[in-house]
Amino acid sequence: MSKVRVLVLRAPGTNCDMETIFAFEQAGAEVSRLHINRFVRGNERLADYQIMVVPGGFTYGDDIAAGRVLANELRLGLGEDIKRFVADGKLILGICNGFQVLVKAGILSVDGGKIPLTLTDNDSGRFECRWVYLAADPESPCIFTRGVERMYLPVAHAEGKVVVAGEVPDRNIVLRYTDEQGNLGAGYPLNPNGSQADIAGMCDDTGRIFALMPHPERFIRGTQHPRWTRCEVGEQGDGLRIFQNAVAWAESL
Amino acid sequence: MHRVEVRLKSHLPDARGAGLVKDIRDLGIETVSDVRVVDIYWLDAELPPDKLDLICRSLLADPVIQDYRSDSTISTDTDKAANRRVVEVTYNPGVMDPVEETVMKAVRDLGIVDVRAVKTAKRYLIEGELDNGQLDSICGKLLVNPIVEHIVRSDTVPFSEHPRYHFRLNHYNILDAGGSGLAAVHKDFSFSAPELKAIIDHFREQGRNPTDVELETLFQTWSEHCVHKTFKARITSNGVVIDNLLRSTIAKATAELNKPWCLSVFMDNAGVIAFDEKWALCFKVETHNHPSAVEPYGGAATGIGGVVRDPLGTGLGSKPICNTDVFCFAPPDYPHEKVPKGVLHPRRIFKGVRAGVADYGNRLGIPTLNGAILFDERYLANPLVFCGTLGLMPRELSQRGQQRAGDLVVVVGGRTGRDGIHGVTFASEQLTEKSSTLSFTSVQIGNPIVEKKVIDILLQARDRKLYRRITDCGGGGLSSAVGEMAADTGVRVDLEKVPLKYAGLTYSEIWVSESQERMLIAVPPECIDELMELFDSEDVEAAVIGEFTDNHHLRLFYHGELVGDLSMEFLHDGLPQMNMEAVWQQPLHTEPDFASPDNLGGDLLKVLGTWNVCSKEWVIRQYDHEVQGGSVLKPLVGRDSDGPGDAAIIRPLLDSDRGVIVSNGINPNYGELDPYWMAASAIDEALRQIIAVGGSLEQVALLDNFCWGDTRRPDMLGALVRATQACHDVALVYGTPFVSGKDSLNNEFEYEGRVIAIPHTLLISAIGIMADVNRAVSMDLKQAGDLIYIVGDTYSELGGSAYLATRDLIGNSVPRVDAPRAKTLMDNLSVATRKGLVKACHDCSDGGLGVAIAEMAFAGGLGATIRLEHVPLGEPIDRNDFILFSESNSRFLVEVAPENREEFEKTLGNTRWAAVGEVSDSGMLEVYGLDGRRVVNESISELKEAWQSPLRW
Repeated sequence: MSKVRVLVLRAPGTNCDMETIFAFEQAGAEVSRLHINRFVRGNERLADYQIMVVPGGFTYGDDIAAGRVLANELRLGLGEDIKRFVADGKLILGICNGFQVLVKAGILSVDGGKIPLTLTDNDSGRFECRWVYLAADPESPCIFTRGVERMYLPVAHAEGKVVVAGEVPDRNIVLRYTDEQGNLGAGYPLNPNGSQADIAGMCDDTGRIFALMPHPERFIRGTQHPRWTRCEVGEQGDGLRIFQNAVAWAESL
Repeated sequence: MHRVEVRLKSHLPDARGAGLVKDIRDLGIETVSDVRVVDIYWLDAELPPDKLDLICRSLLADPVIQDYRSDSTISTDTDKAANRRVVEVTYNPGVMDPVEETVMKAVRDLGIVDVRAVKTAKRYLIEGELDNGQLDSICGKLLVNPIVEHIVRSDTVPFSEHPRYHFRLNHYNILDAGGSGLAAVHKDFSFSAPELKAIIDHFREQGRNPTDVELETLFQTWSEHCVHKTFKARITSNGVVIDNLLRSTIAKATAELNKPWCLSVFMDNAGVIAFDEKWALCFKVETHNHPSAVEPYGGAATGIGGVVRDPLGTGLGSKPICNTDVFCFAPPDYPHEKVPKGVLHPRRIFKGVRAGVADYGNRLGIPTLNGAILFDERYLANPLVFCGTLGLMPRELSQRGQQRAGDLVVVVGGRTGRDGIHGVTFASEQLTEKSSTLSFTSVQIGNPIVEKKVIDILLQARDRKLYRRITDCGGGGLSSAVGEMAADTGVRVDLEKVPLKYAGLTYSEIWVSESQERMLIAVPPECIDELMELFDSEDVEAAVIGEFTDNHHLRLFYHGELVGDLSMEFLHDGLPQMNMEAVWQQPLHTEPDFASPDNLGGDLLKVLGTWNVCSKEWVIRQYDHEVQGGSVLKPLVGRDSDGPGDAAIIRPLLDSDRGVIVSNGINPNYGELDPYWMAASAIDEALRQIIAVGGSLEQVALLDNFCWGDTRRPDMLGALVRATQACHDVALVYGTPFVSGKDSLNNEFEYEGRVIAIPHTLLISAIGIMADVNRAVSMDLKQAGDLIYIVGDTYSELGGSAYLATRDLIGNSVPRVDAPRAKTLMDNLSVATRKGLVKACHDCSDGGLGVAIAEMAFAGGLGATIRLEHVPLGEPIDRNDFILFSESNSRFLVEVAPENREEFEKTLGNTRWAAVGEVSDSGMLEVYGLDGRRVVNESISELKEAWQSPLRW
């Protein structure tokens, strides 16, 4: 069986591409790291891949607002291709800046875009690099978090606060910030950005488009855990499951 | 022209505004209840309403959270309200906000091609009663830096025309003795008398006068910043002649050690050492002090941008994998009224520098893993900003390339503007009250995404072997980069081919501009098409601006006209060696004369809360220290991930267990007493941190960064000579070669006729290779019942200590280094760690044993009991406070499980060590004095609070 093909989409300011590739390779995929210009200019085809990832970074400097410029570029330059990609039952993952991009491009939306959604400045007004406790919704249709109950992952962002004009249906909320015991409403800094309903990650109704602010690719092996020198941490990091789930699903395509 | 205003919907909190409310309160103004920030965009275009609305709706504003208005819908009065002040701030002409370039691109993406330019501004709506004086204070101290910004008035023109440039070739008439040429040279350049004489002699031989661009080239190339003439000078030091300070001290140690793993030292833009069979690491630390003094944000950002280009421009190019930053400021609580005119308040400098480093470094995707922040009043006008970058490259690409005649000179990346003209000379000269107004062209706002694009594309060009040589455009701009690269061939440059940000630059300005984000490569003609195509594929600019020759001349043309012609021999070897005098005398300070307090708990709390010792978490959390996924030991460690780790460890190759340890040592307080022992202590500190996290001295490379006052004064130079001698002596014994370095001299400020020099400051940065990162150890206590050892002798060395500083004393007994003994001790301890016998280890530095054990305890969330009577002493000490706070070097506190006691002690052998206490679950730090009475009994939560509260901004 040929390996699952993953596209790590790169744009000016993308900077988590290499570790995202490593994570997918650990999960058994074959990964291509390609610049968006190659798709916009027609040198490459999205259709050649089963999983598309928009990794973390500061695309176009996050100028104007985080992810906005790449979002427009995707929407206007690759909108039709992405629609077909999704219609073909393939997977899209957005991490950190990728979350901001997918939301602002309307690729990840709630109720067909009828419930307006965005990400904005952290309540603290600061860039925050810290580890967070996450709880996954076991009922979620999300492919990427199957079998995941809790995770511990780092965040590193300045604009991670999810703002929704209205109620988000539970099926679209995949990950929430919690305290160490898994309780919601833990407040800052456990919810590092003031996100509405403690939302850390969301998916579309199909569960095949998933995006999150924390970085699963930064916790693939035990020594990335901030306290691995203190406690028994397994060889494998919490984040790896996300990539393994995606690859396992794509193998069945 | 169109104007667009974007603001948050009124019911949403404004995080940017809330930060300003806090800053305003810090100024002592309590009446401001709210600040809201409005983003302003001017578009230079005539657009139909539907197109303008499309830009607003789908680009500039986020309809979920923001409202926008444009042109006619903006009524100037709507922002007016009772008790509200409105201030609008924009960048000065010629200062580019990177956002403007992005908006241009994004507007084109929307299919709108007729926008000629974009300009941004910020409008602040300040709620609360303020008198005009308070408003001026808020504007002057927080919102506006006149170096780069101004307040928008009703008659402000956002898009000013750049003046046209009409070519005229300028000469300086220096050969005609009666002419005005020499006076003009003195006015425009600060050549020394011997330098000027060499220039006159040279051009007399040529039988012609120099052009302006020729003198500019010499001035840049011969500047302290570019050529380090002090370190190469002939120095008479206390009667002994030293010919070339660098070669006879620091570089000499490297040559004597002659390590096979040193691949490229003191010859390229960064030092290179082997990492494993296939990979090499290169490391460089630079300073960006003067620009950060006048415009902290832009100065520090371009400091990061500049140092990142060093590893990128070393060998055939390396990938930046880690940053380190060390700052020196005046205390943040320095009284506002005592700050001299033209100097920014230290708190503002601190916040601006932090933001600049974070914004630039985070955007480049380089983890900031290690650093330090020090405070001293003498850094008031001369803050120090050290930025370092570690790069990774294939070993076979570690050597500097060599271009051939016929290869093309290609400049890539950012465009050239009037930025930073005369930046290197600015960097090498003393600041005065006038500096802020004189130096405006020296500062620019960097554009990290342009640099990121350059890194991404250059590494691809490198792997495709599309260029033969690379260097960065840094100080001196093209003049230094091209001049140096062509030193052993010759070059022809057509200056009009350099891509410009705007029209109006003279040929000379193009040549010396220090615009950021530019690199220079030598491209074989047969590769140029592929290279241009590659750069175009990612929208990175590259331009052929000339050709390397074999005539050993630098020839500059502007539209075909020869504007400069210098022989490489004169340019690079014509600078006369300086003759300098150095004198050093041991100073004598007041000895401490107070009794040892019965209870030292209060003193411990006080030392923990000093600016130098306290937690820097507020800064660290705003840097991304996880990006690239390689972090093994983070800057903050312990039960709550908030303890002060000793050194950072990263895994550069995600599929390998080999790691790099990054550490630093710096203690300017000791320089006051003896710069020799200051330098020795800084090296010892950097190495201690490497040992503390589980490394060894087997493969450690050092960098030196000297920041000094005016070394033309013999006492200042004498101190420098002593420090460099220690670098040689100590590095030799430890077996740790220097691989690169940098200096920034003349860090002085003239104020009301008085000269304030910074303390002698030497930063030692170290990288150590760690064979297996799984052996790393963190400093937090792990388990109650474990034993605590102190390794290394304690002496009565309180001179320059944090403890004496809390009593406004400095003393005389500077901490010394017994390097041969310390080496054995570090080697043995590192074997113990490798054997897995060490559960926690922390070095004793600022605040000595007392601070070290307190930090270990609260980082681990555990108590500890320590008995001072067991501490091994190098000389008799009869005071508890001196034992607790002595800053003797080469000492460690180590946590060992009771079952490993014997094996640990056996491994340490006959070095000096003792078990001095145990870990407890009491939550208390208890210290018992020489007579067995308790002298410290403090809860770890209170100790932690004292340590965390000062910088909890």
